[in-house]
Amino acid sequence: MLEGLIGGLFNGISIGAVLLIVALGLAIVFGLMGVINLAHGELMMFGAYTTFVVQNVAKSIGGIAPDLYIFAALPLAFLVAASLGLLLERTVIRYLYGRPLETLLATWGVSLILIQFIRSVSLPMVIGLGIFAVLFLVGRWVLTRYTDWERIQSWANPVFLGLSAAIAVLAWILIGNAGSAKFSRAWFSTRNVDVTPPSWLRGGITLGNTLQFPSARLFIIVLTILCLVAVYWFLNGTAWGLRIRSVTQNRGMSACLGIPTGQVDAITFALGSGLAGIAGCAVTLLGSVGPNLGANYIVDAFMVVVVGGVGKLVGSIVAALVIGITTYLVGSGTMALLFPPTGFFQPAIDFFTFFATTSMAKVMVFALIIAFLQVRPAGLFPPKGRSVEL
Amino acid sequence: MTTTLPAPALQDPMTAPMLEVSGLNFYYGESHILRDVSMTIPKGQMVCLIGRNGVGKTTMLKNIMGVLRPRRGEIRFEGQVVNSFPPDRRARLGIGYVPQGREVIPRLTVRENLLIGQEALGSRGKAQKEVPEEIYELFPVLKDMLDRMGGDLSGGQQQQLAIARAIMGQPKLLVLDEPTEGIQPSIILDIEAAVKKIIKTTGISVLLVEQHLHFVRQADYYYAMQRGGIVANGPTSELTNDIIQEFLAV
Repeated sequence: MLEGLIGGLFNGISIGAVLLIVALGLAIVFGLMGVINLAHGELMMFGAYTTFVVQNVAKSIGGIAPDLYIFAALPLAFLVAASLGLLLERTVIRYLYGRPLETLLATWGVSLILIQFIRSVSLPMVIGLGIFAVLFLVGRWVLTRYTDWERIQSWANPVFLGLSAAIAVLAWILIGNAGSAKFSRAWFSTRNVDVTPPSWLRGGITLGNTLQFPSARLFIIVLTILCLVAVYWFLNGTAWGLRIRSVTQNRGMSACLGIPTGQVDAITFALGSGLAGIAGCAVTLLGSVGPNLGANYIVDAFMVVVVGGVGKLVGSIVAALVIGITTYLVGSGTMALLFPPTGFFQPAIDFFTFFATTSMAKVMVFALIIAFLQVRPAGLFPPKGRSVEL
Repeated sequence: MTTTLPAPALQDPMTAPMLEVSGLNFYYGESHILRDVSMTIPKGQMVCLIGRNGVGKTTMLKNIMGVLRPRRGEIRFEGQVVNSFPPDRRARLGIGYVPQGREVIPRLTVRENLLIGQEALGSRGKAQKEVPEEIYELFPVLKDMLDRMGGDLSGGQQQQLAIARAIMGQPKLLVLDEPTEGIQPSIILDIEAAVKKIIKTTGISVLLVEQHLHFVRQADYYYAMQRGGIVANGPTSELTNDIIQEFLAV
């Protein structure tokens, strides 16, 4: 009985840890900044593919590299996702602050672009993108330097954009046709790829007769705790954290105090995106990696943030654990075992047995969340005190 | 009042203006809010802007701070045209802003609210980890509240916090928007005394928007506003009851 309880608790916590690490970035981007970023899952996906690439490099190096690649993959996944997030913030989201519906649509579009990018990215395409970036940025730089940019900006920007894009697409097609099939082949294609966890993460720790703690799950729990501590320290212990908290609460006044709000927004968004990258790296330990990886997690992530109470990190932690444990208890059929097998409780047993599969457990958890939000629309930890009305 | 008149700002070369606004025009959409407003704030002096509600005083301050951008006109801070600067850059140049409604950051502690005021130092000074003792001398009430959330303070305490926060950035020009609005009389006197002490010890300029007459009388110079334009100005000692009756009384 005790072993069953500990085992159930462990499995619940491990589901909760995955939920939490996925939701942590979103808790910053959506919870603190209020940006509904539907491309968050795709940032995770980029983190996962970064891990895949790092793993392949490690395999080709050989030796102990395949055992240690995860430690290189984590920071790299963070950097890749954070830079992508930074680009996204500077080019799209910056113009949409305070307009949630437009943000939702725009980031959904971005997520589709990112998914298709992973499907069809190839060497000619990357060369084309490089040519575009060089032409556009260098062209603009030259113009801003040597002409009256303020005056010609309105027509020069679109003209330059169109010209550079046309040349880049032409180059992409030409290079694609000129090279061999191998040269212009898509890197990842639409199929799922597999990331092999390092050998020390493949086994598990066994306690007693039945207790089994898979190493990958333990690793994710530890990683989640580390990320939480790091985020907490960054937000509450550093100057940038103070600026972030100030800007997220009162953007206008923060600017009047001398805080460069644009810079703070960019850093906050990059931080949230980078955490998505780490989450992407973590979930490669649990299953295969595909272009649609993000879609599997994004709903859960939003659910955790909303149930926890938008803007509260503690809320996200508790929500992730509660949702994780509930999902496990319902999904594994443990709930059905709680009732004595007599005729009187038979309907309850049948009821819980019906929901005792992974997908049906999700249905039940979502139904519970909907019911919960009817009672407490602001989530588990709504903001309190006089400041709420301000 | 028999004190010697402060020299009129524009004529005296020794007191080059801290802030000089000329020909400012501002529109909300098509409605003309500020009409050719010109104003000078000399160094080390306190200038008061008076007028009834809705004549454009707060809009004027927001233009000075950069929250709103004028359609025409020029704003010079220490001789530099700052029209194109965003608010954060103006704050780092040395304009400290205490807005109407205080705008204390609600979910930061009082200590954090004070420390965040140092952001305005920019490259002019080095931020400290602790709140200097001078702040508590000006506003003793804040010392006991350092770990309370800014949003949980009362209106008067928030007002004192907002002024203290602006002082933390060591501004050259302090812009106060109705600091006594909706605050009990004893605290109004505290705030008045604190502002006077700040001017005396630091020698900064102050631009004050105020309805409270006693506070208005503390200023060196006044500008009266009506329907978006400056209609009267002069040393505060010349601010007679007739003028007050005309521009301030309801």
